[in-house]
Amino acid sequence: MSDVKVDKPAAVPADKKNWRSSGGVRGWFGRQHWAVRTVLIIVFAVLAYLLPYAGDIPVLGPQIITEGIDWPSALFNMSYYVLLALGLNVVVGFAGLLDLGYVGFFAVGAYTVALLTSPDSILKTEWGWLAAVPVALAVAMVSGLILGWPTLRLRGDYLAIVTLGFAEIIRIFATSSETLRGDRGFADIPHPPGSYSDGKPIFGVADATPYYWLGLSVIILVILGVRNLDRSRVGRSWLAIREDEEAAEIMGVRTIKYKLWAFAIGAFIGGLGGVMFAGQQGFMNSQTFILQFSILVLAGVVMGGSGNIFGAILGGALISYIPDRLRGIEDPIFHTDLFGFRFAIFGAIIILIMIFRPQGLIPSRRRAMELKDREKEVAPQ
Amino acid sequence: MNFSGLIQDFGPLTITGLAQGAIIALFALGYTLVYGVLRLINFAHSEVFLLGSYACLIVWGFFGLDQNSATPNVFSVIGLLLLGLMAAIVISGLTALGVELVAYRPLRRRNAPPLAFLITAIGASLFISETVGVITKRNIKAVPPLIRPADVFVIGNMHVTNLQILIIVLALVMMFVLDRFINRSRLGRGIRAVAQNPDSAALMGVNKSRVIALVFLLGGLMAGIAAVMYDLKIGVTRFDAGFLLGIEAFTAAVLGGIGNLRGALLGGLLLGVLQNYAASLFGTQWLHAASFVLLVLILLVRPTGLLGESLGRARA
Repeated sequence: MSDVKVDKPAAVPADKKNWRSSGGVRGWFGRQHWAVRTVLIIVFAVLAYLLPYAGDIPVLGPQIITEGIDWPSALFNMSYYVLLALGLNVVVGFAGLLDLGYVGFFAVGAYTVALLTSPDSILKTEWGWLAAVPVALAVAMVSGLILGWPTLRLRGDYLAIVTLGFAEIIRIFATSSETLRGDRGFADIPHPPGSYSDGKPIFGVADATPYYWLGLSVIILVILGVRNLDRSRVGRSWLAIREDEEAAEIMGVRTIKYKLWAFAIGAFIGGLGGVMFAGQQGFMNSQTFILQFSILVLAGVVMGGSGNIFGAILGGALISYIPDRLRGIEDPIFHTDLFGFRFAIFGAIIILIMIFRPQGLIPSRRRAMELKDREKEVAPQ
Repeated sequence: MNFSGLIQDFGPLTITGLAQGAIIALFALGYTLVYGVLRLINFAHSEVFLLGSYACLIVWGFFGLDQNSATPNVFSVIGLLLLGLMAAIVISGLTALGVELVAYRPLRRRNAPPLAFLITAIGASLFISETVGVITKRNIKAVPPLIRPADVFVIGNMHVTNLQILIIVLALVMMFVLDRFINRSRLGRGIRAVAQNPDSAALMGVNKSRVIALVFLLGGLMAGIAAVMYDLKIGVTRFDAGFLLGIEAFTAAVLGGIGNLRGALLGGLLLGVLQNYAASLFGTQWLHAASFVLLVLILLVRPTGLLGESLGRARA
């Protein structure tokens, strides 16, 4: 019996290399003491909470904040886009299922809230916002399961088209059916509850800062949840399904079950975005859920780096920030608001990213390696 | 549910559905050809159609035609129609080629995963349609009344107009020509070979890249013709005209069996007619929803479509 004790970690063998031993920011961060890491994370979170005051930074501040829309509102927009990107990242990035109708779940969440709370609704329940939230999230999740159950047996590209159809059907339904009120929409959706000591509501109409803080808090919770899921049995199953579905099935991964999980969790997070959106806007109609919106979120995930949570966050923030920053600036050729170009710009960005940096801005190492692997298998043209 | 309306208007609904279906069928050929060879949904094909629909309007605009001008005499109509068709074909063909060269070829060279192609295709589609949207300020553009619809013959309450006959006949002729080309010509044999097995075809001396470019070009040409017919039939076009019709065309291709040319024709005509029946039954606002529901049902029940996926297995 050999009792070999290793005091010092030897040089890491090549096959044991992981993100901790790699170079770059993530590797450096991973090698720090846990206390240092905690402090860094807290500092980062505090900075994120202080973002509404970014305009007060001398010199740099005015460059960062948006002109055509007030800065806290722009931040809130970013927060629900980030939520959507995080949710879509679970579906596209982790499980490798291309969902083109993601905005459908956003719509389901928002419409459920509107139906339960708005005085315009035929239900006439007029609940508070907070009471409607769990119902809306449950409905969104169930809608994910309902869509996933029949369609997840389809091959990848067919799945994409069917999900796109799903979102269009929801949009057409919202436009045409009497219950969902089409263009007239729902007004007076209540804001989240809570008031200051002087009786003024925290979540008012004028200042969007509290909404941003609420959004940011929800995002942090979602990050924690998604990160733990990704490192669990579920996450490993997603990875196996993404890399080779048939092999995963043979090795005993119940692919349909875990794909449904991905859809349901994605739908849940999408619904969460919709719930927040409805609570802040107070009004919504069928024009809110155009298809380009789904594609924009997809662009965000792909651009940021699909499969990487921080990539998705960066992407989600950028797809909201860039157009909002361009708002109110006129272009010299067509004399339209540059905001109108947003979809065209992101269309071009998607192509460029997919050609020159398919792994995204902050890549998931694993996905980058998968892409490299495939590159080696290319047959001579 | 309005059954009596459907039965009463069965004839007119069928003939307008067939005309719409003929356009959808021509449009669907592009999806089916590319899918048959590359196993790729060319999402940007809808924008190939869109640019075609604007190209012929621009050419007609050169001759001073707009929606208010009077219908010209027969010979100038034929001349203008041919010019418009040519412009649309050239622009659509070039767009399709451009999309292949810019968006797909670099990915193919890297052996990117299949979904990557779909994502770039979506990017290309969004880029083109939104650029057109910005340039046209998202307004609709009206089409000059080149052909005034006039009844050619009447059966019961079914009025068949000259425009409907033109559209259906042209679609059938183009389908026939394309079918002969794929099944009889040397280039067509190359296409079928690559569809069956790209690597073997390359080893047998087929220039794969050229065949793929040819396939995109052919799809673009057909979309160009479909675009002109669409302009004449609908009377307006818009920056998002390609998108919805594109989904319908894709549905038609899947319905008939994607990768199968005759399937695209069958699927297109069938879809056009079914859509009309559904619109009559449930109300016109559900027309597009009907095609989506149909698409989902086909994919679930018979994903290979009515005639099966078979560009590669077509008879020599």
